[in-house]
Amino acid sequence: MSTMSDRSTRLLLLASVFAIATCGLIYELIAGTLASYLLGDSVTQFSTVIGVYLFAMGIGSWLSKYVERNVLGTFIQTELFIGLIGGSSAAVLFLLFAQINSFRVLLYALVLIIGALVGLEIPLLLRILKDRLAFKDLVSKVFTFDYIGALLASLLFPLVLVPHLGLVRAGFLFGILNVLVGLVTVWLLREQVPWARGHAGTGFVILAVLLTGFAQSDRIMTWSEGATYSDPVIHARSSPYQRIILTRAGNDLRLYLNGNLQFSQRDEYRYHEALVHPGLARVPRRERVLVLGGGDGLAVREILKYPDVREVTLVDLDAQITNLFSTQELLVELNEGALRSPKVKVINQDAFIWLKQQTEKFDFIIADFPDPSNFSVGKLYTTAFYREVRRVLHPDGAVVIQSTSPYVARRSFWCVVHTLDASGFVTEPYHVYVPSFGEWGFVLAAPQSLAPVADLPPGLRFLTPETLAGLFRFPPDMGDVPTEVNRLNNQALVRMFEEEWKQYVH
Amino acid sequence: MNLPGITRRRFLGVATGAALLAGCSRRTTRVIPGEIVGPSRERGHRLRDGGFPAANTMERQGVVIVGGGIAGLAAARQLRKSGQEDFVLLELEDHTGGNSSHGANAVSAFPWGAHYVSLPPNDAREVIELYEELGLITGRDAAGRAIYDETALVADPAERLWVLGRWQEGLIPKVGASDADLREYTAFTAKMAEFKAARGRDGRRAFTIPVDRSSQDDAFTALDRMTMTQWLDAQGYRSERLRWYVDYACRDDFGGTRDQVSAWAGLHYFAARDGVASNAENDVVLTWPEGNGWLEKRLREPNADRIRAGLVAWNIEPAPDGGVRIDAFDFRRAQSIRFEARAAIVCVPRFVAHRLCAALRGRPAEPLEYGPWVVANLTLGERPGGRGFAPAWDNVFFDSRSLGYVNASHQRLDREVGPAVITWYSALCDGPAAAERAKAFDRTHADWCDLVLADLRRAHREIDETVRKIDVCVWGHGMIRPVPGLISGEARRRMAQPIGPIHFAHSDLSGLSIFEEAYTRGLLAASDVAEQLRPA
Ligand SMILES: Cc1cc2nc3c(=O)[nH]c(=O)nc-3n(C[C@H](O)[C@H](O)[C@H](O)COP(=O)(O)OP(=O)(O)OC[C@H]3O[C@@H](n4cnc5c(N)ncnc54)[C@H](O)[C@@H]3O)c2cc1C
Repeated sequence: MSTMSDRSTRLLLLASVFAIATCGLIYELIAGTLASYLLGDSVTQFSTVIGVYLFAMGIGSWLSKYVERNVLGTFIQTELFIGLIGGSSAAVLFLLFAQINSFRVLLYALVLIIGALVGLEIPLLLRILKDRLAFKDLVSKVFTFDYIGALLASLLFPLVLVPHLGLVRAGFLFGILNVLVGLVTVWLLREQVPWARGHAGTGFVILAVLLTGFAQSDRIMTWSEGATYSDPVIHARSSPYQRIILTRAGNDLRLYLNGNLQFSQRDEYRYHEALVHPGLARVPRRERVLVLGGGDGLAVREILKYPDVREVTLVDLDAQITNLFSTQELLVELNEGALRSPKVKVINQDAFIWLKQQTEKFDFIIADFPDPSNFSVGKLYTTAFYREVRRVLHPDGAVVIQSTSPYVARRSFWCVVHTLDASGFVTEPYHVYVPSFGEWGFVLAAPQSLAPVADLPPGLRFLTPETLAGLFRFPPDMGDVPTEVNRLNNQALVRMFEEEWKQYVH
Repeated sequence: MNLPGITRRRFLGVATGAALLAGCSRRTTRVIPGEIVGPSRERGHRLRDGGFPAANTMERQGVVIVGGGIAGLAAARQLRKSGQEDFVLLELEDHTGGNSSHGANAVSAFPWGAHYVSLPPNDAREVIELYEELGLITGRDAAGRAIYDETALVADPAERLWVLGRWQEGLIPKVGASDADLREYTAFTAKMAEFKAARGRDGRRAFTIPVDRSSQDDAFTALDRMTMTQWLDAQGYRSERLRWYVDYACRDDFGGTRDQVSAWAGLHYFAARDGVASNAENDVVLTWPEGNGWLEKRLREPNADRIRAGLVAWNIEPAPDGGVRIDAFDFRRAQSIRFEARAAIVCVPRFVAHRLCAALRGRPAEPLEYGPWVVANLTLGERPGGRGFAPAWDNVFFDSRSLGYVNASHQRLDREVGPAVITWYSALCDGPAAAERAKAFDRTHADWCDLVLADLRRAHREIDETVRKIDVCVWGHGMIRPVPGLISGEARRRMAQPIGPIHFAHSDLSGLSIFEEAYTRGLLAASDVAEQLRPA
């Protein structure tokens, strides 16, 4: 009886080496993958994560010598805590990615803790087993199981776990396995472990936590932001106004604000040529141009193609955006240093407030705001706002408004048109196809009708006199529909917009 | 431009995140900075207890206006307009405004009392003219409807209600409402529309503003003999949710429950306001970060040179020459001044007027009831969000006796991030007014903080973390309460009668405490005075 139990104990302990090895490597892979996923640059991320992890294992092994009494109990506890921390690490990292600014500190702290705990385990186990096995058997068996576990983990991870479970769920699954091993150990050795009930209790609580996490993985993913970008993130910051994320895959740079794509390097020229030239090429004078929003400097890049533009004023709420686009190398290359041009004056203030204080007039105005997806941005699409725009516009000037997709949000688009009509403008709506966005709409509006001739600058990649004419024609599925006028006191647009996009994205 | 590249997150909103975090929040036991402000109790008591020194200086004036609330300021404005330049306005506090007082801090301006006006009905001619002059009405459309300054119209979303653990849009409780509730809402709304259009045999609207231009037809005035609850019972409105809503409206507008206020007043709330706008729905209101302080400032500024703040009038009596004498105590100089004037316009609450005027002191006081109010301005690190519908201007809790809060930052034109000021209101009407008043004055700043935070915590678990400062104002005699009989009664008519050269103007005289009443009374009293003083 006693030999049986000894044998099975031995087996169990060796099985737990195997489990520990598998789980440990899985946690390490999760951290590495997550880091490359969220921070980009996978070579750096993987090698630093692995480095820190191995180093932490060293710390753990070293610390093991301080465990003098109750080796078995410590071993079990360690196992339970690795299960908890390792198992929930992916979820924690995803959830906190959006919330904290020093993400790397959190990442490496977690890797360090997990590594140290794993590093603590094997020496403890060796000590537990040393009285039950001959030294040579001991070393050979423990390391064999350790390496087999590692192999299994490295195969399971890319082939099964990531594609079928996803990182968060896989994390929880292995945490659960880890804890189960711990619990089985407690149960089998309940006579030898002091405080077995306490360990079991802890184990069950942790198990419950991990099971809940496993069951709720999908919700955790929807709450987390990191999981939502398909390309490596190369810049992630929160400004007081928005979450700024830059991703890059190959030579496709993308900017997301609060999770909404602002541009893709591949086709942004289509958007920005269409935003700027149909209007700017038609106004009689273009000395002073005003850009509201558009802190990426891409519209300014287009404006500066006209030699007669003397002064561009860019008003963007968010200093973090304008700073980023005047300093980050790739972005400066993209906007051709537009924000550094001596002709350009950058002002970081709320457009509505700034506009109300202006007395001088502009020849051309561009309003390139985020879509009216909330009440606060909705204010920038109201009759009250357009009246202010009109006040600072030369009578023979014009303004262009980015106005969401006339295909997806048809009523929203025409609501912008009608709101401009109601604010005393002559409007010319138009649209363009931008592959990464789909059909996109703009409204050109002027206090009096504009001359028909457009005087396009050289060097455009998309617009020609022929393509230009086509932009102003609307097929029936994007044609005019009657809508309310958008005012501060009804926010009709925000309500329409939400309804239309909700249907589209369900 | 933007495209929801990340579709699932898009409409989740901040609310979920906030709810998650809220789960971890703890109650703070820290002391919250702030103080109890508001009408000076010391000066009020001094006035009640008397004992002011006799005047040792004398000043001659054409007209003396006593009280610098909306009525007093309106009187000043009208005197000037009528060419009567020779007047002063005495105000007990160090600032004018009265119940329309307001404040400001680094974050925002905010109201201390009155915080909105509704679109005036055509009967409120004087108010409409004022709004035109102030540029609130910018023009008229082809149909003759007023075009209002869009930035003064309450920004959408205007109202939300916390019911069953989440915010819904609008104040009529829709979440959890049964079919029977919904049927009663529809019936009630239809009934109110009927009252809105109704006219009496005298051709006047059944309910209008100013109150005194409403029909005298007994078919309607009879409604002033019962309480609003009795009317609801008589009409068969049983829905608890509808009855809550009506009660909320009574507490919000009159500082009394539906058991306390008359049915005429209760119905007036729903049926008097038929103002239309070219660029807004009919039921919208006009509001500003500082509430009606915006109006107060514009009434005050042109006459700032005539305002003497920190002076309490303590005696008003006819003078032998047919004029009037006003004795006032100057708190700064600690001495009394006698004003000799040809007329006085007394724009103070009626119970105060009773103490001031020699001619009234002999008469028994009218049995007027005043509802106490408490208002708290909270400076928060961030704007309160909460589960469900987006933050609105007016935010009310279904399961609370408070009136919720208005967000002073709501009318701002910029994107609201960072700190905000919210103004929390409660009409203290659950017990007899005197007891409620005493209880309110007994509470310390810390007591009020606990009470206010406990109320807000039901929807804003994070409030303890975000609150930076709470200032509290107790209005002991906040509003006259339109109890049955007050509005249609004889006493009210008598109160408004001038006594010789002494004229009266205050919202109390209307029985309803609203801007339009105070303004119109001040204006009309001043017109009368100017008329009488005009050299023949
Ligand atoms: C909490 C609260 C919220 C309100 N909200 C609204 C609202 O949203 N909309 C609305 O329309 N109305 C509201 N009201 C009603 C408000 O009372 C009126 O709008 C208006 O401000 C009343 O003005 P008034 O001139 O009639 O009276 P008061 O404001 O009472 O003015 C009287 C003035 O006389 C002064 N005074 C008193 N005694 C003397 C003396 N002896 N000598 C010199 N001066 C003296 C007082 O200090 C005061 O300034 C609210 C009231 C309260 C209390």
